Amino acid sequence: MGEIRLEKVHKAFGSTVVIPEIDLEIADNEFVVFVGPSGCGKSTLLRLIAGLEDTTSGRILIDGEDMTARSPAKRGLSMVFQSYALYPHMSVYKNIAFPLKMAGADKAVIDEKVRNAARILNLTDYLDRRPGQLSGGQRQRVAIGRAIVREPKAFLFDEPLSNLDAALRGSMRLEISELHHQLNTTMIYVTHDQVEAMTMADKIVVLNAGRIEQVGSPLELYRSPRNLFVAGFIGSPRMNFVKGVEAEKMGAATIGVRPEHLKLSTESGHWKGKVGVAEHLGSDTFLHVDIDGIGQVTARADGEFALRHGETVYLTPSSERLHRFDGAGNALN
Amino acid sequence: MARAVSTRTRLTFTVIGWLVGFVIFFPILWTVLTSFKSEGAAIATPPQFLFFEWTAENYVEVNSRSDYLKHFMNSVVISLGSTLLGLLIAIPAAWAMAFAPTKRTKDVLLWMLSTKMLPAVGVLVPIYLLFRDAGLLDTRIGLVLVLTMANLPIIVWMLYTYFREIPGDILEAARMDGASLAKEIIYVLTPMAVPGIASTLLLNIILAWNEAFWTLNLTAAKAAPLTAFIASYSSPEGLFWAKLSAASTLAIAPILIMGWFSQRQLVRGLTFGAVK
Repeated sequence: MGEIRLEKVHKAFGSTVVIPEIDLEIADNEFVVFVGPSGCGKSTLLRLIAGLEDTTSGRILIDGEDMTARSPAKRGLSMVFQSYALYPHMSVYKNIAFPLKMAGADKAVIDEKVRNAARILNLTDYLDRRPGQLSGGQRQRVAIGRAIVREPKAFLFDEPLSNLDAALRGSMRLEISELHHQLNTTMIYVTHDQVEAMTMADKIVVLNAGRIEQVGSPLELYRSPRNLFVAGFIGSPRMNFVKGVEAEKMGAATIGVRPEHLKLSTESGHWKGKVGVAEHLGSDTFLHVDIDGIGQVTARADGEFALRHGETVYLTPSSERLHRFDGAGNALN
Repeated sequence: MARAVSTRTRLTFTVIGWLVGFVIFFPILWTVLTSFKSEGAAIATPPQFLFFEWTAENYVEVNSRSDYLKHFMNSVVISLGSTLLGLLIAIPAAWAMAFAPTKRTKDVLLWMLSTKMLPAVGVLVPIYLLFRDAGLLDTRIGLVLVLTMANLPIIVWMLYTYFREIPGDILEAARMDGASLAKEIIYVLTPMAVPGIASTLLLNIILAWNEAFWTLNLTAAKAAPLTAFIASYSSPEGLFWAKLSAASTLAIAPILIMGWFSQRQLVRGLTFGAVK
C-alpha cells in the first residue's frame, strides 16, 4: 500500500513562503509527477513528504496514518536523489545493502535481496565496485537499487535524470516506467522537464510558485489546460498565445493554439505571415512565422515541408483545438 | 587537455625544479653534515662539504650534557596533547558550522581566523601573568592549553573546509535509509571524513612540534620540549655549531620521519578542495 494524502500542507522558511497551502491525494500504485519551473516548490514538496523538511503546518498522511512528525526513516519511503547520493566509501553491494543493514535484517536475507535488485537493474557484474568507478547511468541504477530493496510504500524521485545526457535520459525514463509496472508501487517523481512528465505520469501535478495549478492525466492537461500557465508549460514546442483584436473576435482576452493545431498552406488561410527560422528535425519541421499584428507564431509542419526564410505562408488554427482564456488567464469554456 | 611540451622544455623545468628543491633542502642537509664534524671543521673556511673527518662525538656530548629523551617526551606530549584536545573541540564546532550553518557562521569563522593575525608576542605579557598566577608556567598541561588555543582556528578551518565537501544529500540519503543520527555518524560521516581528520591531525602535530615562541617563553626546565633543547645550544658565550647541529638534527628527526611516512596524506589534506 502506498496512499499519500497532503492536508493543508504549508511550508515557510522564515518569512519566505515556499508552499502557501496544498491539498493533494495520491492513490496507491499511482505514478505521480510534480512538474514546474525551477523554484516552484516541487522539490520542497517532495522533501516534506520524505520528512527531510518539517512542515510549518498541515498534515501528511501515508496509508491513513499521520506521518507529519515522524522521522524520514519511519515513513517507509525510499528516495532517489538528483546527485545519486551514493556512499562513496562503500561498494555497490554495500550501498544497496545499507538500508537493510540499518533495519537489522539477517545477512542471508540481505544477500538475497541485494542480488535480486542487482539482477533487475543489471548491476550483478558491478557489485564489488565503488560508485566512483561507475558511469552516471550505473550510479543512478545503484541509487534505485538502494531504494527498491527496502520495499517501500512509495518511491520518491528528485529529478533523477537531470545529470544524465540526453540519450541515457531517454532509456532511463523507459527503465523507470518499466520498474513501476514491475513493482506496482506508488511513485512520486519531481522534474522540470515536461517531456518526462508527459511520458511517465499517470497523473501530473503542475506547480507554480508553490501552488498547484492543475492536477490531471497527461492528456487531460494537454487537451484542457485550466489556465495560461498550464497551457504554456505542457506541450512542446509551447502553445502560441495571441492577444488583442484577434482574441477579442473570439470573445477572449487571450487565445492559445498549439503548433501542431495550425494548418499550413502556401495559398490561402486565416493568418498570413512570413517564415522566419525553420527548424528541420527530419520527422517534423517547426516554422517560426512572423504574422502582422500578432507577432511570432510557431507551427508544426511535415518533415518534408520545404519553405525558406522570408517566404509567405498561411496559417489556419483548427477551431475545435483553440483555447480561450479570460483577462485573469483562466480558461473559458 | 594536455598541452604539448617539448622534451627540452620538460628537461629544463625538471632541472630547475630539482635545483629549487635542493636549495630549500640545503640548510637541513648542511645541519646534518655539520653535526658530524668536529667544532673546528664546522667553522672552517672554506667550508668542507663531504670530505672531512666524520665523527659522532657531538651526539655523545649532547646526550651527556642534556636529557634528550625528556625533551623528546615533552615534545610528544605537548604536540599530541594539544592536537587531540584541539580536534576534540574542533570536530563538533566544524560539524555544526558545516551542516547547520546560521547567518553568523561566516563571521564566526573569520573572527576565529582573525586571532591569528595578531603577533603572538602581543599577548605574551597577559598570558605569562595568567600562567604565573595559575601555576601553569613550565608545565606540560600549560603548554598543551596554549598550543591548543594557538592552533584551534587552523584546525577548525581545515575541518570545516573538509566537511563542507561532504554533500548533504549523502547524509540525507542515510537518513532516508533508516540510519539514526549515531549510525549516520558511524557508518557514513566518519568514514568519509577520516582522510580530512587525519591530515588535520598530522599538520597540527607538525605545527605544534615546531612551535618555538610559546614553548621557549613559558618553559624553563621541566616541561621544555625539543625546541628549547635546540635553543640551549645557542648561548651568548659563543656558538658551538657542531653541537647545535647535532641537537637540531635530533630534534627534527622524529617529525621528519613522521612527515615522510605521511606525506601522501598531508598533500591530499593541504590541497583538498583545490581540484574537484
